[in-house]
Amino acid sequence: MTTGVLTHMFMFEKPLGMVDTLPNLYEVKKKTRNEMTNEIEGWGFEFIETPTLEYYETVGVQSAILDQQLFKLLDQQGHTLVLRPDMTAPIARVAASKLFNNLYPQRLAYSANVFRAQQHEGGRPAEFEQVGVELIGDGTSSADAEVIALMVSVLKKAGLNNFKIAIGHIGYANALFKEVLGNQERADVLRRFLYEKNYVGYREHVKNLPLSSIDKERLFTLLTLRGGIEKVNEAKELVSSKEALNSLEEISQIWSALEAYQVTDYLKLDLNIVSHMSYYTGVLFEVYADHVGFPIGNGGRYDHLFEKFNRAAPATGFGLHLDRLIEALNVTEEATLQCVIYSQERRTEAISYATELRQSNKRVVMQDITGIKDVDAYTKKFEEVSYFIGSRKEEL
Amino acid sequence: MSQQLTIAMPKGRIFEEAADMLRKAGYQLPPEFDESRKLILDVPNENIRFILAKPMDVVTYVEHGVADVGIAGKDVMLEEDRDVYEVLDLKISECYLAVAGLPDTKISTVAPKIATKYPKVASSYFREQGEQVEIIKLNGSIELAPLIGLAERIVDIVSTGRTLRENGLVELEHICHITSRLIVNPVSYRMKDEPIDELVERLSKVIGG
Repeated sequence: MTTGVLTHMFMFEKPLGMVDTLPNLYEVKKKTRNEMTNEIEGWGFEFIETPTLEYYETVGVQSAILDQQLFKLLDQQGHTLVLRPDMTAPIARVAASKLFNNLYPQRLAYSANVFRAQQHEGGRPAEFEQVGVELIGDGTSSADAEVIALMVSVLKKAGLNNFKIAIGHIGYANALFKEVLGNQERADVLRRFLYEKNYVGYREHVKNLPLSSIDKERLFTLLTLRGGIEKVNEAKELVSSKEALNSLEEISQIWSALEAYQVTDYLKLDLNIVSHMSYYTGVLFEVYADHVGFPIGNGGRYDHLFEKFNRAAPATGFGLHLDRLIEALNVTEEATLQCVIYSQERRTEAISYATELRQSNKRVVMQDITGIKDVDAYTKKFEEVSYFIGSRKEEL
Repeated sequence: MSQQLTIAMPKGRIFEEAADMLRKAGYQLPPEFDESRKLILDVPNENIRFILAKPMDVVTYVEHGVADVGIAGKDVMLEEDRDVYEVLDLKISECYLAVAGLPDTKISTVAPKIATKYPKVASSYFREQGEQVEIIKLNGSIELAPLIGLAERIVDIVSTGRTLRENGLVELEHICHITSRLIVNPVSYRMKDEPIDELVERLSKVIGG
């Protein structure tokens, strides 16, 4: 809980939502991250890094993360800065700059920490690592399919097998609302209910609208458009506008491309997902895994973000939440360490022994015997311990 | 084998009513639960586990995904604003949120004080009315506040209005209608869509008929 009261800090305390990563978790993260980034590189995406701090007026405003979730600070000139709340907006800033000279498509990737202040209670980090990709300058459904197929491949390489991807299209619900309701304001009310996941409120609201029972039924049916690709046919019957039919056509194309990648087993169609990320313009998706209460990743197409950085270009991508993925994997990893305990007269011998082990990629601790209080307790955590003490080498 | 569903529910009357609805929906639950002390009740033949919680906490369990599904009052949903699906109005434990106070008292125009268990609901309600108020959070027996001069008005749930009358208070404004809702964790809604869709369908038949 946040309090406005300035209280005395205990020396062990950290700001709300900030966590330390201790050795065991660090090992798991490193291993998982390596599996993921290797796979991403294997698909020809190139990794980049961007600064942790950005201007509020550029990246902060365009990031689509709620304003109250931004960490803000002032630089010495008085500009408002933000700790980057996501990686998509910074990458758009870089990719829209002259650096890439319009050489599109670009395949870029990142593995970086992002920052979002938390209003609720604990259990949610305010700083967390995201691994993701952006495919910039390609508006085809092949690009969307490539990004989703890569994400599946990355998750499998990380060791996750039981997961589902809900895939929808921001344009379908919008077009259906426009067809049935006629004006934007009335459509916004319904979209708000979907965004809040409030199906009860949605149904109540529709019930009270001055519409024919057929039109009401069309709006009710939207809530049931979840399942396999066959739901697209049901969805088609509800609409007649070009915009709505185009969005369904796009989904069908992506789906059949994903059949070629042989990953459709992981997919679920869901035509009423509405993301908190307001910059999505087309297909969008969320990834779920067993034993983790929150989505482990999401993504989609965002064709208008680049305009904000003065260079229009279509783009699509995904971001995975590394800590949540690790929670879903439920693995532990311990570094295997060896220890060389030496006395000062045999230091040279000990160093050359340790150097040899290190050259064959072993992790070796060198410890002066006089620096340890309790040898038995100290040596417990090592897989192997060698002693260079007294007149000859002993191995235990 | 179907996946296990974990259902979080408030203890007491709502649990009884909800269990009745599930029985009507064809779920084979034991005729009576011994819920005197236990916080977790397993129904192995239906692969259902009930978690018994405080009403305010049900949404928290569901949002964090330690329960797939839950039954929560709309009052709690409004106050807690959690990221969960609200899929069904179960139409049980009906009541409403209202503003109440002593009869014939003028509310202070400078900084009217409002006592409530629902600070967020109360503050957004008065904001929408264009009134700036000071909220005082209490955890129970809200009716006391105007009687002893802690606050001029209260915001609380009212079912029959008896408690208000017995304490000499009158209802001043109706805020909104409240019933219990079936809520679902967004991940469970996808990972366990089959048992959850079935639960929703069977319950909606009971509500409809």
